[in-house]
Amino acid sequence: MTARIFAYIVHKGGVVDDSAAELLAAAKKIDPAASVTAIATGSGAELDAVCNNLTASYSEVWKIASESLAYPNAELVRQALAKVLPAGGLVLVSHNHFGIDLGPGLSIKLNAAFVSDVVGIDGADGTNLKVVRQEFGGQVSTHVRCNVSAGAVINVRPGSFKPVDGVAAAGKVVDKSADVGALTAKRRYLTTIAPEAGDVDISKEAVLVSVGRGIGEKDNIAIAEELAKALGAVVSCSRPVVDAKWLPKSRQVGSSGQTVKPKIYLACGISGSFQHLAGLKGNPFIVAINKNPKAPIFQVAEVGIVTDMLEFLPELTEKVREAKKVTA
Amino acid sequence: MEILVCVRRVPDTSENEIQLNSAGNDIERDDLVYSINEPDNYAVEEALQIVAKSGGNVTVATVGTDEDEEVLRREMAMGANHGVLLSDDAFNGSDGKGIATVLKGFVQKQKFDLVLTGVQAEDGGAQVGGMLAALLDYPFASLVNSIDVLDGSKLKISREIEGGNREMSEIDLPCVLSIQTGINEPRYVGMRGIRQVASVEIPTYGASDLGVDAVSVGEAAATVKRDDYFVPALGKGAEILEGTNEEIADKLIELMKAKGGLR
Repeated sequence: MTARIFAYIVHKGGVVDDSAAELLAAAKKIDPAASVTAIATGSGAELDAVCNNLTASYSEVWKIASESLAYPNAELVRQALAKVLPAGGLVLVSHNHFGIDLGPGLSIKLNAAFVSDVVGIDGADGTNLKVVRQEFGGQVSTHVRCNVSAGAVINVRPGSFKPVDGVAAAGKVVDKSADVGALTAKRRYLTTIAPEAGDVDISKEAVLVSVGRGIGEKDNIAIAEELAKALGAVVSCSRPVVDAKWLPKSRQVGSSGQTVKPKIYLACGISGSFQHLAGLKGNPFIVAINKNPKAPIFQVAEVGIVTDMLEFLPELTEKVREAKKVTA
Repeated sequence: MEILVCVRRVPDTSENEIQLNSAGNDIERDDLVYSINEPDNYAVEEALQIVAKSGGNVTVATVGTDEDEEVLRREMAMGANHGVLLSDDAFNGSDGKGIATVLKGFVQKQKFDLVLTGVQAEDGGAQVGGMLAALLDYPFASLVNSIDVLDGSKLKISREIEGGNREMSEIDLPCVLSIQTGINEPRYVGMRGIRQVASVEIPTYGASDLGVDAVSVGEAAATVKRDDYFVPALGKGAEILEGTNEEIADKLIELMKAKGGLR
């Protein structure tokens, strides 16, 4: 594969996102000999700091500075990238909330192929790049071939590529700002609203009884509350429970919810999507309780119980109460 | 406001264990329960709520085959005014861009102020909405979790970004938005509602009706192709506790004690 490889870098407050190192690792999987160009957009001293930081790992860093890019609006970033990127290049983008906004439309404007949410790269075969994706919430994976002869935008799942150790590039910053010109948007950023604080802070709890879609209905939340009470724990949840309005957003574990770091995490009726697992830090002891033995949560849990949580949790609650009586 | 919602019929992962077929080239599709792709259902509900306040019509469309009509009828039972099936042998094997190209043909055939999709499909990649917008030169926003109609020319929207934060923006119409789950509470659809729309005629449009060049869609035009399905061997996996619920509970309590979770 001789295509030129680019990585679009996300940053905030002058700090480069962790995905920068992951995209570099992904690029090396495509072509170990590739010299990869990082692209950073933004404005002012923050952007300069980001570009300088990137030169430690990327051999070339394209800086695109513009007041209109001070906030990363995907529509404006897409216009800027379409003006500077050469035809036929491979553009790596992190598949986060920004990459989902940017990648598909960018591929159209570059007249390039698009592969979404890539979790593995198996190298190239002629003009085909061979990648791995997941479907159905991670229950099955697929090998996907992408014809990159006209270039491609590849959205890479955060956390899927382990950063390469000991990268030292001493790269140079190339200022591409003048090539971009005026940018206009039909979507205008206004402000960011922080989430409302909840009644409890699940990020500080040592033991979480976490419920997912398997809880079935709102009234069953009480079953988890009983167990949590017996354990001196708190109930948290995955996205479908919040979507159904059975628990408030402040109880949600995941990339769009809270990041938690408990010692013990009881995942009850939770399938274990990568967005959910992204919110679970600190290497907790994970117990998966799920009636679907194919649920991805069993791949990351220490202990698994294949059963109906609605029958099992009350049994466990009783046993916990007994155990506490004995030790008291 | 004239609103198009692009929907899909997918295997329902809450109802099925997804398994490989014996050839390994697909999932086992016999006996699968199919339903509307969940985020698409939220998108239809959002469209219905917008027209309830601002007037207009909701059209649901899907690229597929006769089998996919059932999800159009389901969404019409919810209240969508029209259902349209976009179907042609030439569309078979389309990748994301191919699907977006078909939808572009439909959007250009009829006039819509707002196009909604679900944020992503169970077997998809959150891509068709963004591609469709770029093909039409409409503005786009993904992961949308609230919509307010400001006037006939723009909306105020929020996007779900990291850590529960909401990114607020103004976006000009016409535009394409991909809708995140949880934006609303989709209404219940009963058997009676389904029966009421059972005999409504659903028009089918093919490539020539939509002005879609057959070579720009389908398998031959696809740059992204799935070779096979597999189940990866990830990590060591969990130690599965066996026994009756009571026996398992005893074992689990010992393990939790050892980890300091039970004092």
